[in-house]
Amino acid sequence: MRRERLSVVANERVGAYTLLRVRRGAIDPGVPGQFFMLEAPGRLLPRPMSLCLAPAGELWFLIDPIGPGTRALCVLEACDDLHVLGPLGNGFDLDVERPLLVGGGIGIAPLPYLSEQLRVPPAVVGFRSDQQAEAAALLPNAHVCVEPTLVTELIPPGLDVLACGPEPMLEAIRAVAPDAQLAWEAPMACGYGACYGCAVEVDGRLKRLCVEGPVLRAA
Amino acid sequence: MLLNASGCLDALAAPDVARSLDAFVTKTVTPLPRDGNAPVRIAETDVGMLNSIGLANPGVDRFLTRHLPQLELLGVPVWVSVGGFETNDYAEISSRLDDYAAVSAIELNVSCPNVEAPAESAAQIVAAARLATRKALWAKLSPAVPDIAEVARAAQTAGADGLSLVNTLRGLKLDERTLRPVLGPGQGGLSGPALKPIALAAVATCYRATGLPIVGMGGVRTGLDALEFVAVGARHVAIGTTLFADPDAPARIRMELHAEARDRGWNSYEDAYATAHEDALSLGTT
Repeated sequence: MRRERLSVVANERVGAYTLLRVRRGAIDPGVPGQFFMLEAPGRLLPRPMSLCLAPAGELWFLIDPIGPGTRALCVLEACDDLHVLGPLGNGFDLDVERPLLVGGGIGIAPLPYLSEQLRVPPAVVGFRSDQQAEAAALLPNAHVCVEPTLVTELIPPGLDVLACGPEPMLEAIRAVAPDAQLAWEAPMACGYGACYGCAVEVDGRLKRLCVEGPVLRAA
Repeated sequence: MLLNASGCLDALAAPDVARSLDAFVTKTVTPLPRDGNAPVRIAETDVGMLNSIGLANPGVDRFLTRHLPQLELLGVPVWVSVGGFETNDYAEISSRLDDYAAVSAIELNVSCPNVEAPAESAAQIVAAARLATRKALWAKLSPAVPDIAEVARAAQTAGADGLSLVNTLRGLKLDERTLRPVLGPGQGGLSGPALKPIALAAVATCYRATGLPIVGMGGVRTGLDALEFVAVGARHVAIGTTLFADPDAPARIRMELHAEARDRGWNSYEDAYATAHEDALSLGTT
């Protein structure tokens, strides 16, 4: 892991979300599903964000402004600086034969980079609103659904599911695709195993998502 | 010396960060393994953060056989934080640690706000541990007591070699929408900048009450913060919450600390030790 002060290239609205583009510096973009801790201006703790895309010289993060930290990140302007630490955690295993990407809401964030690495496999992404669904423009070859339709209704059998989304969605996917790779989310203070804050219970065991995840096998 | 606050660093997950410290303090070790508390375990507040991890740790057996040998390889002195639910727990673990040369010191966590507190007083725990080990014993105290000087003096009489000041303070944060506690267990320990004035007062008070060596901690973000702790009577300074936001903080704070001392005409930050007490009337009531 490496921590560097990076400058903002641009902050662009993508439907309900914001795409934060920063200069890459010497930071390695890592494997899809890994994440970075982004300094949230004016806040004590950084915020964990998975990498959305890594075009030449840049790192892109898709952010849902749901709290004080994410809102502070979404109002950064070109030439502002922020500390970025990463890449962190374990990403997706890319050795899959018939990948299907599944995303729910802001869980779409790591899928564009994953899609690029897997040569644009099919994807299913679900959202709560049409405005949120505009983010699907970042993900080629995606089937988009909006509630009340759920992504779990659209997963054909026999595919290698790689998913990111809210916990109820991931739990529902576990039930229909026991071999799926699931990217979980939890509040975390550090991102590198220090705080023990991101422990989640998976199969009756508490796991630190930042070092054992965030991508875990469903079964 | 610059240390980490217990529970704020996993040296095996981040060995380079541990090596940037003068000593590494482990997460609290208890007699039996503990998963810790149910999520949600952390929450940011406006001036700090709350945690309710609940002493998650592998238990003393696994710590000694699996973790300690790996920690020894880091080449950094290891302080073991010891916790328990009755006096005997502390004595038993201290006795077992006594056999290990890799253990430089023992910090008795007699003040975790996230588990049921031992019924016995800090002094009783220190006295029991004192009989069980020859290692240096540091008592980690809570500032949430009516008279911390009294607790510190009792710990000293019981055989403490030093004091770690301070542990977190119990706090509560509600979800803005639901008005329910954010943390799974409800309340948690408050750390971060909100703690600094409380910690400085505790260090100043305990320095005057005991003269014992003190590890000062609570809201240390910069070299100037660290120098303030030294000035009120801390021999050593520990970094806690700041490590979460910045794993490079030890090197930065060390550099800033030296610069702050030099700017004041001192050769070393150690020259600042207890200087805030030189005008004794200005520093409180004990």
